[in-house]
Amino acid sequence: MMLPDVPESAGPPLWLLAELTYRCPLQCPYCSNPLDLQKDATELSTADWIRVFGQAREMGAAQLGFSGGEPLVRRDLTELIRAGRELGYYSNLITSGIGLTERKIAAFREAGLDHIQVSFQASDEELNNWIAGSEKAFAQKLAMAREVKAQNYPMVLNFVTHRHNIDQIDKIIELCIELKADFVELATCKHYGWAWENRDQLLPSRAQMERAEAVTNRYREQLAAAGNPMKLIFVTPDYYESYPVACMSGLGRVFLTITPDGTALPCHSARILPLNFPNVKDHSIESIWQHAEAFNHFRGNDWMQEPCASCERKDEDRGGCRCQAFMMTGDMHVTDPLCVKSPHHGQIIEAQQRAAEPAGPVEKPLLFRNMKNAARFTGKP
Amino acid sequence: MNDLNRIPQINPHYRFQFEKAQNCYVLLYPEGMVKLNPSAGEILSRVDGQQSVGEIIAALQAQFPDAPGLADDVLAFMSDAESKNWLK
Repeated sequence: MMLPDVPESAGPPLWLLAELTYRCPLQCPYCSNPLDLQKDATELSTADWIRVFGQAREMGAAQLGFSGGEPLVRRDLTELIRAGRELGYYSNLITSGIGLTERKIAAFREAGLDHIQVSFQASDEELNNWIAGSEKAFAQKLAMAREVKAQNYPMVLNFVTHRHNIDQIDKIIELCIELKADFVELATCKHYGWAWENRDQLLPSRAQMERAEAVTNRYREQLAAAGNPMKLIFVTPDYYESYPVACMSGLGRVFLTITPDGTALPCHSARILPLNFPNVKDHSIESIWQHAEAFNHFRGNDWMQEPCASCERKDEDRGGCRCQAFMMTGDMHVTDPLCVKSPHHGQIIEAQQRAAEPAGPVEKPLLFRNMKNAARFTGKP
Repeated sequence: MNDLNRIPQINPHYRFQFEKAQNCYVLLYPEGMVKLNPSAGEILSRVDGQQSVGEIIAALQAQFPDAPGLADDVLAFMSDAESKNWLK
């Protein structure tokens, strides 16, 4: 059988994101995991994961992310960290902090873990615990963030921002300074997965977003003046940009996600696309990255339609997010509706207008990410 | 870091290693990677927490006797690397 050659634009999969499990003790309503997260509940074995790490490393992967769900739920996490270190990866644990202990932090260090990212939901206990769906979450996160720094790891603190917490961004940054974070990600949630279901309840208004960005810039100046190396990474909500950015730096160029059941994706949201995604139980990483139709589909420009096909920005933004195009229009090949040139851009304007209402959008409860709510989506395409 | 007696160290928050796939030395940090040019790679490969800046310059001069202005280049790189937080 003749396999298509890998297009020149495809470098090695530099970033391997291992979604070890969809199990998670928290219920954040903007989780990027799929809605039907019970559909493929069988998780890869330890040996499967280590084989995948080795194959991706051989191709040039340098960054390894342990993610989920909550990766701490996996009992073999220390073993997986050790395997990643032996292969020469820089390894990142992306955790809610729930289930972490002083002893585990030390054991992971001994096994070769390089960095820990702890997510927070807010800067105050009440809001944090409401969003996380857990009464104990905030106190545990604080204790573990302190312990991560006490054990000399580089630490990233991640705050997903939305209309309920973005106005406290000054308090969020103050908390990060107190916890001695090295990097702070202030990222408005991307509206896929659970966040798509909750979009109107999460999308901040333009005024909220602009104030948050101004506050962040003010703190950047203060930090620089004080000689504090903490870096603030502010990710503007894409709904307020005029043009999209290339998602994942272009699908199939840098990022490789493996889901808990071994499905290989060019982006952690891509499973919703009508493509036949291969599984690491059936194919090697090299074969998947270079030859799988699902990975080659959006490489090059041949798939583009107008207005992308003749647009001068196409090589820079790659038409924007394919998942967003598919969710909003049912066609994964059209221009991302975030783009002002998209004929579907009206949907974005409407969402902005609803977000600008002083009282917020029509009251509808947040749909929390848990197995009970997931059952509603399992079985749907 | 213009003191020749100073002993530089790579910031432990960074990992310095050779990447075969990139064919260059790199610095890895949380969720990122800096690809180093050949001279930066040669300099950092000698930063081991034992050799002073002066000793690193002497070793490089022995290895590359024809390189003009090497000492100044190394000092400039050290200062740049320190401001980027790669060294401490």
